[in-house]
Amino acid sequence: MAVKVYGPAISTATVRVLLCLEEMGAQYELVPIDYSTGEHKSPPHLARNPFGQVPAFEDGDLMLFESRAISRYVLRKYKSSGPDLLREGSLEESAMVDLWLEVEAQQYDKAISAIYIEIAIKPVYFGGVPDEKVVAESVEKLGKVLDVYEARLSKSKYLAGDFLSFADLSHIPYTHHIVASPHASLFESRPHVKAWWESLASRPAYKKVTAGTPTSK
Amino acid sequence: MGSVTVYGPPISPAVSRVLACLLEKDVVFNLVNIDMSKAQHKSPDFLKIQPFGQVPAFQDEHTTLFESRAICRYICDKYADRGNRSLLGRRGGGLVERAHVEQWLEAEGQSFNPPSSTLVFQLAFARQMGLPQDPAAILLNEGKLAKVLDVYERRLQESRFLAGDEFSLADLSHLPNGHYIRAGGKEEFFTSRKHVARWWEDISMRPSWRKVVEMQRTPPA
Repeated sequence: MAVKVYGPAISTATVRVLLCLEEMGAQYELVPIDYSTGEHKSPPHLARNPFGQVPAFEDGDLMLFESRAISRYVLRKYKSSGPDLLREGSLEESAMVDLWLEVEAQQYDKAISAIYIEIAIKPVYFGGVPDEKVVAESVEKLGKVLDVYEARLSKSKYLAGDFLSFADLSHIPYTHHIVASPHASLFESRPHVKAWWESLASRPAYKKVTAGTPTSK
Repeated sequence: MGSVTVYGPPISPAVSRVLACLLEKDVVFNLVNIDMSKAQHKSPDFLKIQPFGQVPAFQDEHTTLFESRAICRYICDKYADRGNRSLLGRRGGGLVERAHVEQWLEAEGQSFNPPSSTLVFQLAFARQMGLPQDPAAILLNEGKLAKVLDVYERRLQESRFLAGDEFSLADLSHLPNGHYIRAGGKEEFFTSRKHVARWWEDISMRPSWRKVVEMQRTPPA
């Protein structure tokens, strides 16, 4: 039976899970959740995700939320049909994957999501105007994080080592939008970060999942 | 043993997360204090092991790590047979039990941590650092934390611990900020919610956490 992912295709967290499913060649059904009607706060969806967020994920009797936890489950379940993106057979390698996943979740995500919310979410969904001060502060913060990434990626091909891992893929959802925005220079100006991004963006799973995802211009 | 070293002051919530995990796993460790008031965490030597200039950093033989939640996962993996063996799900629990633990670990990192960290900084650390408190930030984050704990209240009505019947890394991960929020005079967040109160009592009374609190009260060497 195919697994189900509940969420809008454009939601960055939903994209994270879809990328993993595509990388592993898994069969899945995407069930859209309509934010404009408040479906994410409806009782059926709250039963899937008590925080009223997306995505939620269903595999038979198993219901999960939090995209990074869902992704880990997917990568383990379909382990034999795709690349080894968690490296759980090696203590050292999996430790590096976990480390850079935490960096993504705690450092990168905070700065880049703030930019995306201001320049894409506010104007498009709330008819608002970007707060330039927040954008400037977030751009500066992201720049400092990317300086660390530039140093790291000058020593190893991917974040956790010379192998692609879920730590790299987890960066795709927001980065996809920011490289198509006026703030692309954050990535363009750092040669190793740029090469790393281009490598991720060349993957078929990336192209397939983001095909219908509008980016802010 | 003696091969494990944690760098950072025990009063740091992220450092205390790692200490709690080591103690749950009965893993012996050395603690090297980092004096943040003297910006030791921004020194070139420290930046070599933690390029973001934050605490904790961690070494175990030839492995160097940072990010407290990743360090905890490593400890559970490397020392799988020591101490508490159910922190990432019970042995027989398979992918499903592990997924439940990781789901609530992510909830801690993504939903509980942001508002609680801001409150912890405002209530426990700002004045110490000579910084003014920000009443607007306190109010905003109290509201956010209340909503998160309302979800926890419903969950803990059906389940003894967040991920199920056993204490896990997901519960442990909440101890550092939860402790400071209680100690900072905001205990009503926990006490006003029956099941959250019961859960908090359970997890904070564990010997491993009581030992960490004792370490926080001890002046650094």
